[in-house]
Amino acid sequence: MKICYYPGCTLKTKARNLETAGIEAMRALDVEMEELERWNCCGVVFSLADDDLLHLLAPIRDLIRVKDAGHDKVLTLCSMCYNTLARSNLVMRDNEEKRDTINTFMEEETDYFGDVKVLHLLNFLRDEIGWDKVKAQVKVPLKGLKVATNYGCTLTRPDEVGIDSAENPTVFEDFLRALGAEPIHFPGGTDCCGTYQVMDNPEAADDAVARIITSATDYGAEAIVSSCPLCEYNVGKRQAALLEKKDDLKELPSFYLTQLLAVAFGADPESLGFELNHAGSLPLLKEKVLK
Amino acid sequence: MTLKITDVSHDEEFMRKLQEISGEDVSKCMQCGTCTGGCPMTDKMDGTPRQIMLLSHYGMKDKISADNTVWLCATCNTCYARCPRGIEIPKVMEAIRQLKLRENINKVEPNQIPPEILEDAPQIAIVSCLRKNTS
Repeated sequence: MKICYYPGCTLKTKARNLETAGIEAMRALDVEMEELERWNCCGVVFSLADDDLLHLLAPIRDLIRVKDAGHDKVLTLCSMCYNTLARSNLVMRDNEEKRDTINTFMEEETDYFGDVKVLHLLNFLRDEIGWDKVKAQVKVPLKGLKVATNYGCTLTRPDEVGIDSAENPTVFEDFLRALGAEPIHFPGGTDCCGTYQVMDNPEAADDAVARIITSATDYGAEAIVSSCPLCEYNVGKRQAALLEKKDDLKELPSFYLTQLLAVAFGADPESLGFELNHAGSLPLLKEKVLK
Repeated sequence: MTLKITDVSHDEEFMRKLQEISGEDVSKCMQCGTCTGGCPMTDKMDGTPRQIMLLSHYGMKDKISADNTVWLCATCNTCYARCPRGIEIPKVMEAIRQLKLRENINKVEPNQIPPEILEDAPQIAIVSCLRKNTS
């Protein structure tokens, strides 16, 4: 099966491990991810001002490109891209006035009516592949690996684009179970990591991350899995610096969901970009899973 | 907190613009505080989300401007997911930010972000930070 794939800016550089592992893993499921031509940055955040249509143009243009390429679905690995594309899509589907204005403004583009289906890897696997098929491809079960599920903000909120319940989602846990891992469902699973506040108010972001790590380790997690390069940056890459400041926190190696998927499907871990992860991530896999 | 409400304490222009930009009716707020309860950023906020909703209801623009609350909002949507009145509180926060930013004032100057953070952080952090904090 071929599916149109929207990478987003960060997956080509700082989060290339999220992409590399994803493409590799999907091959095992016979899914070819066809990268969208001439895609542009989605803008990261959905414009919340009612009179701001300008910041809707970037994500909508991407959706038009999907249609022009002959696809009716688009797959994202980054949950922030998922959220922005999905919310913008709904504007074009449901708001006649804004749709007309935007289509008129983008006169050199095909008119668009919000009919592309925006998918994130998790709901794609759940709804279009099925966990049984995922399980059938597992060659290296992640047995004994206790992984906390970090949904972050953008997969389940707001309701209109959420891939699962905002308060008690289970899709990430089902994903981990299909790979043979032990999911750790913990109260901070849908908590915010602080997102962009890390740029301007890093102590506030640090506090948010500290709460997530404390909650996850209290519930017995030995690792945490994310789907967002910003969650991974705040919770994973910045963790070492955070632990120096807050020495009561336990270390928590972090993974991208695609890395766990690829490892479980038998991919060579050395090719999955672990040098970009938390320093303890690959050693933990080697110790518990890749014996 | 005690609010002194007089015939001039509410800024009607502010209230009108807030409603227009956010699309939300802040008078629906029943002050239950659920938004504050779920907000990950309240530790560092001057006023809580609930308090900002109350101040918005009374059009107290100056008091809102004096608080760092809207600038610490991470747009995580937890408040929106839980608000029993279904108010999209992040849109109220965005509207308050926009009213300031549209005076052509940046909250974060791009050239003042420390270079080591610029080099280290994923693009989405930089782009979203500037989307929320520049005019």
